[in-house]
Amino acid sequence: MNSTHVVIVGAGPAGVRAAETLVRKGVAPVLIDEGMRAGGQIYRQQPQGFSRPAKALYGFEASKANAIHVCAEDLASQIDYRPKTLVWNANADTLDLLCDDRFEQLGYDRLIVATGATDRVLPVPGWTLPGVYTLGAAQIALKFQGCAIGDPVVFAGTGPLLYLVAYQYAKAGAKVTAVLDEAGFSDQCRALPGLLRQPSTLAKGLYYRAWLLANGVRVEQGASLVRIDGEKRVASVAWQQGGVEHSLPCSAVGFSYALRSETQLADLLGCEFVWSPLNRAWLPRRDASGRSSLEHVYLAGDGAGIMGADAAEMAGERAALAVLQDMGIAVDGARAEKLERGLAQIERFRDGLEHAFPFPEGWAAKADDALMLCRCEEIRVGQLRDVVRAGAVDINRAKALCRVGMGRCQGRMCGAAAMEIIACESGLTIDSVGRLRGQAPIKPLPFAVGPDA
Amino acid sequence: MALLKRLAELDRPQVDFVLDGQPAIALQGDTLLTALLCSVDALKGSDFSAEPRAGFCLMGACQDCWVRLEDGRRVRACSTLIEPGMQVTREPGRQP
Repeated sequence: MNSTHVVIVGAGPAGVRAAETLVRKGVAPVLIDEGMRAGGQIYRQQPQGFSRPAKALYGFEASKANAIHVCAEDLASQIDYRPKTLVWNANADTLDLLCDDRFEQLGYDRLIVATGATDRVLPVPGWTLPGVYTLGAAQIALKFQGCAIGDPVVFAGTGPLLYLVAYQYAKAGAKVTAVLDEAGFSDQCRALPGLLRQPSTLAKGLYYRAWLLANGVRVEQGASLVRIDGEKRVASVAWQQGGVEHSLPCSAVGFSYALRSETQLADLLGCEFVWSPLNRAWLPRRDASGRSSLEHVYLAGDGAGIMGADAAEMAGERAALAVLQDMGIAVDGARAEKLERGLAQIERFRDGLEHAFPFPEGWAAKADDALMLCRCEEIRVGQLRDVVRAGAVDINRAKALCRVGMGRCQGRMCGAAAMEIIACESGLTIDSVGRLRGQAPIKPLPFAVGPDA
Repeated sequence: MALLKRLAELDRPQVDFVLDGQPAIALQGDTLLTALLCSVDALKGSDFSAEPRAGFCLMGACQDCWVRLEDGRRVRACSTLIEPGMQVTREPGRQP
């Protein structure tokens, strides 16, 4: 075995394929997983003792999920696999870990960052009420715990997860009252040429929607969430469609607007970031092979730009090949080129998806001053607008002045929305309001007591 | 009153635990979030206005599901599995 220390952060499809690729060439990496079992969020495995088959959990993706799980299982004895381990800080040659309440430092020579994504959220009045969850959360409740987030449920927002989660819930026996798709029918028609680049993904999306309609689920397009009402928990949801307000009683709402990359570790490492119009976010720069701006740091999967699970597998393998190449180990060049071509093709498809599920650019202008923006620090839109009007047009400056994004989640939930508010209020373009900086620890440590300490 | 609704995996063994000093029942393999929200409808009060919160992302990102254990430790309810005899306390949050 080679004596170079290679560490992979994240055990989703990218991290697992990266580990597999390294092991094939005799390099045994450390694979760090914040989760309890490998698979990441997309292929998250249910706890030991649960009995549903993969088909029930992952649907059309069951064979891919299975393949990742089997691969991770096979690797476990050949690598240093560390589940339930948080990387809370990253330096040029060391990672700070926390596992079972124990701190540890781990050195590395080469690092593959495959940190994945979370839901992108745009706040709506009532979004902090019990019973309101992201679409990703709704999916995890079902596949990881066999639970619905409530009954009946309304799903709203946009992105490929919207119809998928609604379909999975209805299939599992939950009452889905409505699917409120922010995107209009015309958006989806305009997106067709791009989507046709990946006909099977398009077909699945159409299938979910057709199934929902055939099974009596109300599907509304061009429907914008207006508010979620309830005293101590969700009681109803209101939306606007063609200038008319509608509402429906429900006990839970799942909503989000596609995904956002988890970039904090890349940030702490000092990777160079570039603005991605497609992701509407700052992302760590990577070339076609997954090499970052730093010599020893590689990026793969949704943590470096949202491209989905299939692309994550390819990018994980490609990044591992780059690691091997940079270690002077011969790799199959044709395979590397094939992966790069595959990734480029998915990137073009992503363009189509972005048209099919466009970002609701009018959100900031419509947001009321009283709307809760930052759920950790409980900062309202008006408080952010005040500091923007006083000259704080950079997100980090605004954060220092009004505490937006300063709480426990470090802006994971409100950061994208805060940038939209600043841009809208200042008249600057969204790529000119700065980039919210990550801070160590990137997640609160269990002993770090809250604001009352 | 429960917030979540169990749809599958109902025949797991029961796990007894204690919630806010009262006996409570979960199923083996439940996260604390599931265990609590299958019998009550909030996990904590918000830090600055004691508004009820019940988690949001379920993947360890939003940090809005922290609860306290008997040893004083705070844990994320969404990423901690229930264990027999666990004593879980919900924190009310600060009144404005």
